[in-house]
Amino acid sequence: MTASLLQTRDLAVRFGGHVAVDHVTCDFRAGELTAIVGPNGAGKTTYFNLISGQVPASAGKVLLKGREVTRLPVAERTRRGIGRAFQLTNLFPGLSVFENVRLVIQARCHRGFDLFSMAMSHAEISEAAQEILARVRLWDLSGQPVSELSHGNQRKLEVAMLIALDPKVYMFDEPTAGMSVDEAPVVLDLIAGLKDDVTRTILLVEHKMDVIRTLADRIIVLHNGTLAADGPPAEVMASDVVQEAYMGKALEDV
Amino acid sequence: MLTRLLSGDGPRSLPLALILLAIFLCLALAPFLFPGTRSVDTAARICVFILLVASYDLTLGYAGIVSFAHTMFFGMGAYGVALASTHLGRGFDALVLGTLAGALAAAVFALLIGLFSLRVRAIFFAMITLAVASAVAVLVSQLSGLTGGEDGLNYQIPRALTAAQKYLDEPVLGVRINGKLLNYYLVFAASTALFLVLLRIVNSPFGRVLQAIRENDFRAEAIGYRVVYYRTIATCVSAVAAALAGSLYAIWLRYVGPDTTLSFEIMVDILLMVVIGGMGTMYGAVIGATLFILAQNYLQGLMGAAAAGLEGVPLLPGLLDPDRWLLWLGVLFVLSVYFFPTGIAGRLRGE
Repeated sequence: MTASLLQTRDLAVRFGGHVAVDHVTCDFRAGELTAIVGPNGAGKTTYFNLISGQVPASAGKVLLKGREVTRLPVAERTRRGIGRAFQLTNLFPGLSVFENVRLVIQARCHRGFDLFSMAMSHAEISEAAQEILARVRLWDLSGQPVSELSHGNQRKLEVAMLIALDPKVYMFDEPTAGMSVDEAPVVLDLIAGLKDDVTRTILLVEHKMDVIRTLADRIIVLHNGTLAADGPPAEVMASDVVQEAYMGKALEDV
Repeated sequence: MLTRLLSGDGPRSLPLALILLAIFLCLALAPFLFPGTRSVDTAARICVFILLVASYDLTLGYAGIVSFAHTMFFGMGAYGVALASTHLGRGFDALVLGTLAGALAAAVFALLIGLFSLRVRAIFFAMITLAVASAVAVLVSQLSGLTGGEDGLNYQIPRALTAAQKYLDEPVLGVRINGKLLNYYLVFAASTALFLVLLRIVNSPFGRVLQAIRENDFRAEAIGYRVVYYRTIATCVSAVAAALAGSLYAIWLRYVGPDTTLSFEIMVDILLMVVIGGMGTMYGAVIGATLFILAQNYLQGLMGAAAAGLEGVPLLPGLLDPDRWLLWLGVLFVLSVYFFPTGIAGRLRGE
């Protein structure tokens, strides 16, 4: 548990009169998987949007490796290492499974402004994409248009695209939502595998308590946009205030 | 070799391949297969419009950008050649300079329009292009001292590209080998080469990013592509290709005027050609432009013949009167959109 990779300092956003994220200060260290929990509407996804840049912050700062990225556009934050998978599947529907992943690798290799070579002639990009598809067990579907995939496979592809990005900060927003019981473990194993690299940090928004118990090194609780609790899983889950106010319903779901 | 030339993006359908091959051979041998001023003129127009429609497909079909300024870029290339030939006098240097100036003007306009308006919603960009294109068209018709106004400009091109220059004393296969023939092959070769360049661009890493942006611009940004830059570059590339098509057209016609290059009618024609042929396929531009221009040129004659043949039958001769050709073109368009929503090329590929 070394230096902070990602920090938010008094990060806040208001939509009209509603403060969706209210001055959240938090550090995310390399080698750590942080679960972000809280009731619906607590600001978890908005907090993610502020970090990855889809929503501009009203106040406060986002720092990556100590350098401020608060004013940078989304694509630039991605290039610097903030990678994001989305809660609602958000893919390129008309393109093939392979092409979805290939585009991510191509972005990482900074080849987008190459107008005159053939995209398929870059063997190293294609091979890297194939390797990722094999890892998430979508290899046999690689030629299919994404619009024809099942929901579970689209969720897997969503995770595959984040892994393909090879970021410093992985942000997963309910990666197993809506997946069947036998599909979810594939995704969870992949996320667990990412923890082996101690130079990265992983942020995980998740409702399923069993998932959090097995994967998380730390839990933060958001409530009404504020940071309500922060600490090791056992401690946070045991604390009275969390038990009653925020975990009660979630624990019943398990 | 052929795969590399087509950038690994072949027709992928036997009927489509055969149709494309037939169009290619007919255009390549047009002066010999269809001798006569009018048919060679039609062939040259087809060549120019294939390039023009393909360049429009780059933005509309691949990047999903709706622009109404394409004829403006086309006109810039054409007026570049016309103005250079008028003011610098007849010569190849005027043609080259005019072409380059037209392409540069198109690129600068596309860059400015793109940077100002591609950040915002697609409908806003479409409106801006419409406004700028209308303004330019009005300017061109009003500044008659410079542009010839509604009358346009007539100018001379190098003698080496006109019928006055004979290269062989004896006709080959009944065709005179003169400057006009050379001019046709200049148009044909340049259009073919530029079409292949566009085909390469849509299959390049850059072209793939454009398709990603068309499918989901939000996610394209999230995986690290600056969407506004890609859209702007696509608009510039498309504008330059359109300007080059305009220059070829001006070299072929030896005349430019608002009606031949800038009018909104041509913009609508381009839209129809790309939709009928098939958006996002490049080959659709070939089929769409060929069909449309053939219809434009020969449908009237065909209808006249049919009307004459059906004389005495009630109603039909009136419906088939040559003056009704636009009606039938409209019917054809509605039917083709209804039955082939992915265009002819998309349909033949089984999409």
